[in-house]
Amino acid sequence: MRIREPFKLVAVGMIGFWLIAFALLPNLLVVIASVLERGSDEFVAFALTLDSYRRLLDPLYLGVLLDSLWLAGVTTALCLLLGYPFAYLLTRMPARWRPALLLLVIIPFWTSSLVRTYAMVIILQTNGWLNQILLGLGLITEPLELLYTEPAVIAGMLYTLLPFMILPLYAVLEKLDRRLIEAARDLGAGRVTIFRRIILPLTLPGIIAGCMLTFLPGLGMFYVADLLGGARTLLVGNLIRDQFLSARDWPFGAAASTLLTGLMLLLLWAYYLSSRRASRGALP
Amino acid sequence: MNLRGAARIAYLILIYGFLYLPILVLIVYSFNDSKYSLEWQGMTWAWYQNLFDDPDLLQVALNSTLIATLSATVATGIGTLAAVALYRYEFFGKPLLQSLIFVLMMTPDIVMGIALLILFVSLSLPLGFWTLLLAHITFNIPFVVVTVLSRISGFDRHLIEAAKDLGATEFQTVRRIVLPLLMPAVAAGWLLSFTLSMDDVMVSFFVTGPTFEILPLKIYSMVRLGVTPEINALCTIMLGVTLLLILIAQLLLHERS
Repeated sequence: MRIREPFKLVAVGMIGFWLIAFALLPNLLVVIASVLERGSDEFVAFALTLDSYRRLLDPLYLGVLLDSLWLAGVTTALCLLLGYPFAYLLTRMPARWRPALLLLVIIPFWTSSLVRTYAMVIILQTNGWLNQILLGLGLITEPLELLYTEPAVIAGMLYTLLPFMILPLYAVLEKLDRRLIEAARDLGAGRVTIFRRIILPLTLPGIIAGCMLTFLPGLGMFYVADLLGGARTLLVGNLIRDQFLSARDWPFGAAASTLLTGLMLLLLWAYYLSSRRASRGALP
Repeated sequence: MNLRGAARIAYLILIYGFLYLPILVLIVYSFNDSKYSLEWQGMTWAWYQNLFDDPDLLQVALNSTLIATLSATVATGIGTLAAVALYRYEFFGKPLLQSLIFVLMMTPDIVMGIALLILFVSLSLPLGFWTLLLAHITFNIPFVVVTVLSRISGFDRHLIEAAKDLGATEFQTVRRIVLPLLMPAVAAGWLLSFTLSMDDVMVSFFVTGPTFEILPLKIYSMVRLGVTPEINALCTIMLGVTLLLILIAQLLLHERS
């Protein structure tokens, strides 16, 4: 870097410093904390051990881990199932409506997920809307206990995360080259074949990005589990929070968090591979 | 319209209904003149009045606004310069920088929250205003970079070359040509950062201390005690502010292009 370009030096220097100091370094510290021992006065004691990772496999915590993976997995699958056709239909709408329709997805994307979770509490509570409607329709005779159940947590996560699935899917579906589909049809491919061999591989990066944006928060959003799932520890997020707030076992919390980071890197790698493949498959 | 077209529209309406119905219910009940009943008892401003009569709550709202304004401003500064640098220059470590920005954006909030907590505790920084500000700047930066970069990639390199030919220095080129063209995206990035900061629960949860309370965490502790019309009113205000800022940001991003 030459002194002749002070602007470049300042611009690159600032972002570089910030990312190293507040993104790279903190995450390294988490990994380091995860292999240390729990301290008595300090939060950690400086002795190397893999004990925290071993404890993640303890049946008690493994249960939480598996429950959480299950809840986040179901939520992600539902988001994909509902979101994919939705995003596809959006791209097939008349061009002059599309910006407005898209804006209606962007608004909840940016809106506080706490506020949206709270809205879900109002809908699901015992004397809430859903029960009133079901009672009114005569489908049930007494109010259901909807709140503080696993389906309520899934409903809440689905509700807050659906836009995070739709937007990346829309981005890839909109770029999809219609000529490829026409060519496949001309060559005699059926609907299923076209979807499986053309649309799916080309939209895979969007699918992976959407899954990453729903699955990872689905593991971590402890307040959704608190407000809709009651007091039980349901998510990895609750587990991590409790280690830092009440149990004061930082190495263990750091180990659980490192697990999430590892999962993220794995998904990012899958995303990278799929987008490289998809761009090779596209027409010039 | 044929049957298939109708089914498609019905599906879209169903999903939009799912996305918007709970929010609408929340808004409607913030005006309902009844503390416990679901039945509509008439329109009232009482719950909003209660909020504005609460000096603690006003202080908390002020704290949030302060953090959001400062963090959005600093993040917009750093993020815009970063986007310009990523567009204009080749430099050592550029791919690493790009991937760090991407990874930072994808990092789950809870992971970022505890990572920053561990950092601040290692540095013996007292948790409160400053730690909160540093954390908010950090999660805002990638959104500014992405917003500004998406606008830059669509603009005319010849303008920059022309400025160079006419003898402008690098700093002059950036200040007189690049930044004015980027202004809408920069403003949009600021607004989006502001809303992110106003709404954040998870990162703030870990990095703030008892001395400095902010609105989302206040709402969180209120909500855990149950549903009240005052929370409905407070959430409605939050929604209104977010909606306004997003609409302005979208208008800025789509003007001209």
